[in-house]
Amino acid sequence: MAFLEISGLRKRFGSLEILKGIDLELEKGGFLVLVGPSGCGKSTLLNTIAGLETITEGTIRVDGRAIDDLHPSKRDIAMVFQSYALYPNMTVAGNISFGMEMRGVPVEERKKAIDKVAKVLQITHLLDRKPSQLSGGQRQRVAMGRALVRDPKLFLFDEPLSNLDAKLRVDMRIEIKRLHQATGTSIVYVTHDQIEAMTLATKIAVMRDGEVQQFGTPAEIYNNPKNLFVADFMGSPAMNLLSATIEGGGNDLHVSLLRPEAEPLRVPVPQIGGLAAYSGKQVIFGIRPEALTDPDGADRNAKSLFEGDCLIDVVEPAGSDTFAVTKLGGKEVVARLRADARIAPGQTARLAFNLDKAVFFDPQSQQRIG
Amino acid sequence: MSAIVSSGTAARRSNGARMFNRVVIYGLLAFFAIVYLMPLFVMLVTSFKTMDEIQNGNMLSLPSAPTFEPWVKAWGETCVGLTCAGIKGYFWNSLKMVIPAVLISTILGALNGYVLTKWRFRGHTLVFGMMLFACFIPFQSVLLPMATILGSLGRFGITLQNATGFRFGFGNPTVNLVLVHVIYGLGFTTLFFRNFYEAFPTELVKAAQVDGAGFFQIFRRIMLPNSLPIIVVTVIYQFTNIWNDFLFASAYAGTGESMPMTVALNNVVNTSTGVVEYNVNMAAAMIAAMPTLLVYVLAGRYFVRGLMAGAVKG
Repeated sequence: MAFLEISGLRKRFGSLEILKGIDLELEKGGFLVLVGPSGCGKSTLLNTIAGLETITEGTIRVDGRAIDDLHPSKRDIAMVFQSYALYPNMTVAGNISFGMEMRGVPVEERKKAIDKVAKVLQITHLLDRKPSQLSGGQRQRVAMGRALVRDPKLFLFDEPLSNLDAKLRVDMRIEIKRLHQATGTSIVYVTHDQIEAMTLATKIAVMRDGEVQQFGTPAEIYNNPKNLFVADFMGSPAMNLLSATIEGGGNDLHVSLLRPEAEPLRVPVPQIGGLAAYSGKQVIFGIRPEALTDPDGADRNAKSLFEGDCLIDVVEPAGSDTFAVTKLGGKEVVARLRADARIAPGQTARLAFNLDKAVFFDPQSQQRIG
Repeated sequence: MSAIVSSGTAARRSNGARMFNRVVIYGLLAFFAIVYLMPLFVMLVTSFKTMDEIQNGNMLSLPSAPTFEPWVKAWGETCVGLTCAGIKGYFWNSLKMVIPAVLISTILGALNGYVLTKWRFRGHTLVFGMMLFACFIPFQSVLLPMATILGSLGRFGITLQNATGFRFGFGNPTVNLVLVHVIYGLGFTTLFFRNFYEAFPTELVKAAQVDGAGFFQIFRRIMLPNSLPIIVVTVIYQFTNIWNDFLFASAYAGTGESMPMTVALNNVVNTSTGVVEYNVNMAAAMIAAMPTLLVYVLAGRYFVRGLMAGAVKG
């Protein structure tokens, strides 16, 4: 049985439904990331797990025990808030031990626990300071210390890194990952940053409009998006999604992509279940920038590679890679080339399509084909 | 305001103009400050003069032989109505009434603000709107209904006394005044605290909930310790208003032992027997104004800061 089990969870504010039947599971020691655009209900979902919001329907179980009727403090959870929510009138030590004080833990034990946590997070020298005397990163550590000291069954993080600057965010991200590896606690983490989601999670739930669009491992979400929204939302730079027409049939199934000033590019596609039925119809052809590259940089292990000439519009050298923008299917398409690929804007270049990684969507239902 | 001129010769000319503007501005400020302070000055010097000097001398001149006599007399000997024991008793009456009224109304206002912002319930805006409305009710319209209510409370007190031998404060004029001021002040104190707590981060309350703190623990440990600016504003506002109140005081405790300071002062000044002792009257008025003055001096710098904190977020 899963460690965290959310089934049929609904949340209504009057006639407005914020969460529309959420089903999620997390194994013990897992790291579940809820990701989605603002207003998708991910923070509300986290708050219902914490008990800060009531639920209208459904159940939440932690370690086999239903917790949806319990007070937040009785759920054996700890939460790190977006604004850190450190009590401004208390010292760092006071902040960390407030929960223990409320639970009536003896002073001696509290001191020991504070020292232990402070050592782990390297904030021992800050214990007597007030939150206003700390930097952003230090506040973040104290907020995590307050959660860690409980030794809870479940950690909840509500966009904990969104207030930090870019460099510190990467550092803290690694720190959180290290912490998770060291303690092995189960974590539910909310973010709108899909890179955070990919790097931290063992399971990702992509949400939109109060519904889970797809739930799976980061690799599943990235390589096998169930619908257009997930394909578009995950990945940076985003997946190229172009309208194309399926042509032919049998062993000669191919997709036709419009090119400026040239014949449409005919890309043979692998046999994917259900795709043949779209012959003669429009589909959305999705290919990630890294699956569209210069022939020398292409994946040698790919089963179906196709090379085609494309007119390069813009070249963006990014140091580690070079991004090339071309026009296919009436849309701008980003290809990711090796840094030293010889390519110039305004010229035609040969690009390799790794069709193992290509995905197709129905333009009407926006669902994945195959 | 002086115009900003960029060329060199014009700048030199404008120096003179700027000087002139400064003189006008400071001159006007000084003039109005003097006008404003004049009554206080006259009261102060008069309170240190003897009656001879007041009757024969200039009102604005400094006392030739300063004496504390009028202050001593005002505090301990002057006649209020028919009793001649000074105003000291009434001064304590006022304190006994003001301190509980300020404390109770401030704490209730803080609780209201806390509930109206952090424990929202259906119709909380309506409740707040109605409390806000209480700020606009004129004193006069409350007088008679309140008198009726206080009357019945008094009768209830008599019933209690007959039954138990003790009135539990029902019908006591000081208790009555505390009640009136708490009720009347509640609208204002709620307004102050609600606006302050509106900008107070809700995540702190949530964090405290996760930490296991209850309703009152959050209030006492998280909300109140972070509310100093607005507490100071509320206390100053309430203290000044209640201490200076004359209407309710004269209506509900206008006679007898528990008369507050403001009513007593009025009776001192209006005593029609014998010579009008201006120096004693002035000293009594100064004594009456002292506590509010003291509150402002001690907490005034928080007052401005607190008003800003309530108005501007963060």
